[in-house]
Amino acid sequence: MDNHPADESEGAQAPRTGNALLMLNPRSPLTTSLFAHRLFLGLLLLAALAFGLSACSDDAQQDEDHGQLTIYSGRGESLVGPLIERFEAETGIAVRVRYAGTAELAAAILEEGERSPADIYYAQDAGALAALAEAGALSRLPDDLVERVSESFADADAFWIATSGRARVLVYSPERVPNPPDSVFDLVNEEWRGRVGWAPTNASFQAFVTAMRQIHGEEATEAWLRGMIANDIREFPGNSPQVQAVGDGEIDIGLVNHYYLFRFLAEDPGFAAANHFTDPGAAGGLINIAGVALLESSENDDNALAFIRFLLGEEAQTYFRDETSEYPVSAEVEARAELIPLEDLSPPSLALTSLADLEGTLDLLQAVGALP
Amino acid sequence: MSILSGVTDFPPRLRFRIPALWILATAAAAAACIPLLYLVIRAAQADSAAWADVFSGETGRLLLNTALLALSVTATSAALALPMAYLTERTDLPFARWWRSITIIPLAVPSYVGGFAFIVAFGPHGSLQQLLSPLGVESIPSLYGFVGAWLTLTLFTYPYLLLVIRAGLRDLDPAQEEAARSLGQSAWGAFWRVTVPQLRVPLAAGSLLVALYVISDFGAVSMMRFDTFTRAIFVRFGSSFDRSTLAVLSLVLVALVAVVLAIDWSQRRNARYHRLGAGAARAPRLIQLRRYRWPASAGLTFVMAVALLVPVAVLFHWLANGLRQGETFPGLWSAALHSLEASALAGGVAVAAAIPIAIVVVRRPGVLARVIDRAAYVGYALPGIVVAFALIFFSLRVTPGLYQTLGILIFAYAVLFLPQAISGLRSSLVRVQPGIEEASRSLTRNSWQTFYSVTLPLIAPGVLAGFSLVFLTTMKELPATLLLAPIGFETLATNLWAQHQDVYFARAAANALLLLGCAALPMIILFGNDRDLRA
Repeated sequence: MDNHPADESEGAQAPRTGNALLMLNPRSPLTTSLFAHRLFLGLLLLAALAFGLSACSDDAQQDEDHGQLTIYSGRGESLVGPLIERFEAETGIAVRVRYAGTAELAAAILEEGERSPADIYYAQDAGALAALAEAGALSRLPDDLVERVSESFADADAFWIATSGRARVLVYSPERVPNPPDSVFDLVNEEWRGRVGWAPTNASFQAFVTAMRQIHGEEATEAWLRGMIANDIREFPGNSPQVQAVGDGEIDIGLVNHYYLFRFLAEDPGFAAANHFTDPGAAGGLINIAGVALLESSENDDNALAFIRFLLGEEAQTYFRDETSEYPVSAEVEARAELIPLEDLSPPSLALTSLADLEGTLDLLQAVGALP
Repeated sequence: MSILSGVTDFPPRLRFRIPALWILATAAAAAACIPLLYLVIRAAQADSAAWADVFSGETGRLLLNTALLALSVTATSAALALPMAYLTERTDLPFARWWRSITIIPLAVPSYVGGFAFIVAFGPHGSLQQLLSPLGVESIPSLYGFVGAWLTLTLFTYPYLLLVIRAGLRDLDPAQEEAARSLGQSAWGAFWRVTVPQLRVPLAAGSLLVALYVISDFGAVSMMRFDTFTRAIFVRFGSSFDRSTLAVLSLVLVALVAVVLAIDWSQRRNARYHRLGAGAARAPRLIQLRRYRWPASAGLTFVMAVALLVPVAVLFHWLANGLRQGETFPGLWSAALHSLEASALAGGVAVAAAIPIAIVVVRRPGVLARVIDRAAYVGYALPGIVVAFALIFFSLRVTPGLYQTLGILIFAYAVLFLPQAISGLRSSLVRVQPGIEEASRSLTRNSWQTFYSVTLPLIAPGVLAGFSLVFLTTMKELPATLLLAPIGFETLATNLWAQHQDVYFARAAANALLLLGCAALPMIILFGNDRDLRA
């Protein structure tokens, strides 16, 4: 705009010359007016472009040979993106993935109904899968798939299936907590006042409370929740902020899923925290899952089932063990050496489907004041 | 003007022959109300338990918290933005051009990133405490709760006020200030008694933007663990996936917003803010700061250090950690392109849609204009997730071909951020004398020509402010982008969120830093290169 010295001087002189149009706003040299017009034209052009682009973006990349597959994934691209790329490379199926929150995608699928573009729903927790199954949004999976995992890792009605498992653990600071407690019920003791964190809004935590209600009863669960609050529990918005807070020294123990710690160690090998498994047979030893389901509205069963089969295969199960530090659900692949094997963990004997009773848990969490 | 006095049948103001102006304004406002229609449809399906839930004492507490937070953040934002706007526009502050661009960048920091960075820096065991521990400071006052939410939201929303006030200041006629000075007022006296009252429109419009943003924010209150109504909506929805509960709760939020809008309505007067009589406004003289130059610079530096340097430092720390581990950064550039593309389009579409509304409100005041103006705020005050679900619902039924395309995403942004564009435009438009438009009409230009060749150049600062507000806010928008973007259209904000969730901090940091860069660059071009009052 600096190359219009003539305009500038005209503008500056305008108050004295009294020329009608130039007087309109002498503070605004013609450079500004030109700028405004360019901006305005630019905006109009952009608007036109937007709708032009949107009109021709439909099904631009349809793969004629092998078809395509649309996945709604509540698991992040950093975690499962590389795996999905391998599936594409091996099968030639063009996969389109929408990454978003597990809960938001579940609700979006319900809102879309029959018109949903998705074939597969890939979730971070069993609660969302169970909610979709209950709403009739899922198709039953064939027996040969369900039989590939142990009974506790598939829905009793075969509407969804687990692809990997995560254990509930205590993340703790080895420096400040030489002897972490062996039961979550010990955390209400005076010793742990103000030293423990939890994430009441987190789906895994809520599943854990649901498990506690099923195993130990409503009263014991309520007493535990109230005891934790009375013991000055620190509230966090999720699992990873607790792991961070243990590392920072803000808390000494956090109630989390086991695999977050491995991510922190990958980012910073010197990260000062460790996992501790609690309560064999009790709620503290719950195994939560990530799982997958085929949508009722999908007319792409072959490719969708190929994808689920791939997730349960040796390659994907090894990937979950090595890359996302989770428990494989297939018997063919063993768990990481540093994790306690699933069979020794003896998770609470309750069907994951029963974790779908979130309503009671939410009511309880609200009643004790843990949730707004 | 005496030549014109003999003309009979004087074409009044900016009149478009057909009521095209009204049609356009009404259409834009109606689009902003689509989410409300969705809420009503869904809430009608809610069971009585969902409604019973609403009329509990908990709702009252949450609403009170929300109102308190909105009020406090608005007040402190105004206290920050007003002097910042004045210093950068009207004084001989050193490096004023640079400050003009840089002071609005905090707007692009997603509030959950800002909140997280503040916890790392100022939390119970954060960097500040560790810095002070050699001095014997064992603990610092807790950041969690109201204080943290208030601080975070103030520092990342004050630019809404700043941008709008600046657009107002830029068009301000200095004659009144000079008259006040000549009548013996000090510079301060003239500022408080003349300049600030003249800024009533931008102050009110900017405050409304801040207050409604706070009401709809989830990121900062969630990080700082402060219970607001929006947080409760997200928490309950996130666990139950129940859209009718979401709708019922959101309608309560709409009621709160209605109260805020009513307060704003009662405060607005149809005062004149443009120059009357012959002659034109001159460029204002720059105030000589003299010995206040350096304290003023220090103050600005301090605000920017907290609002920008702290988050950037935390992000660089994460990035450095990741680089040491040999982290890779896939998809960074395509996400940046997507972000820039979507934000620029959203800014353009929102400004275009806002122009008729702004003209109607300023030039045709009346009940209908006010209703249109209020209606435009509905989408903005609702959590983005509500707008996303509303558009899933309507897009699949009405325009299935457009579902999950860039078009519907941009439409969602326009619905969400229309009021930001209106605020920018209004602040400028109130300063334009209708007489100038009348003169143009009398000289045989039609309404469209008059708008294009006369009004538009005069409100350029407002167009710029409105565009920038929408551009920066779109940059960080998350819930609507996640659900409505074309599949595979990942933006810096969505990547940042997902990677932060999955504890890929280095990748998240790279995306966040690039996001700030992409936000800053256009602002530096737009504001660094624009007319400097000293020229």
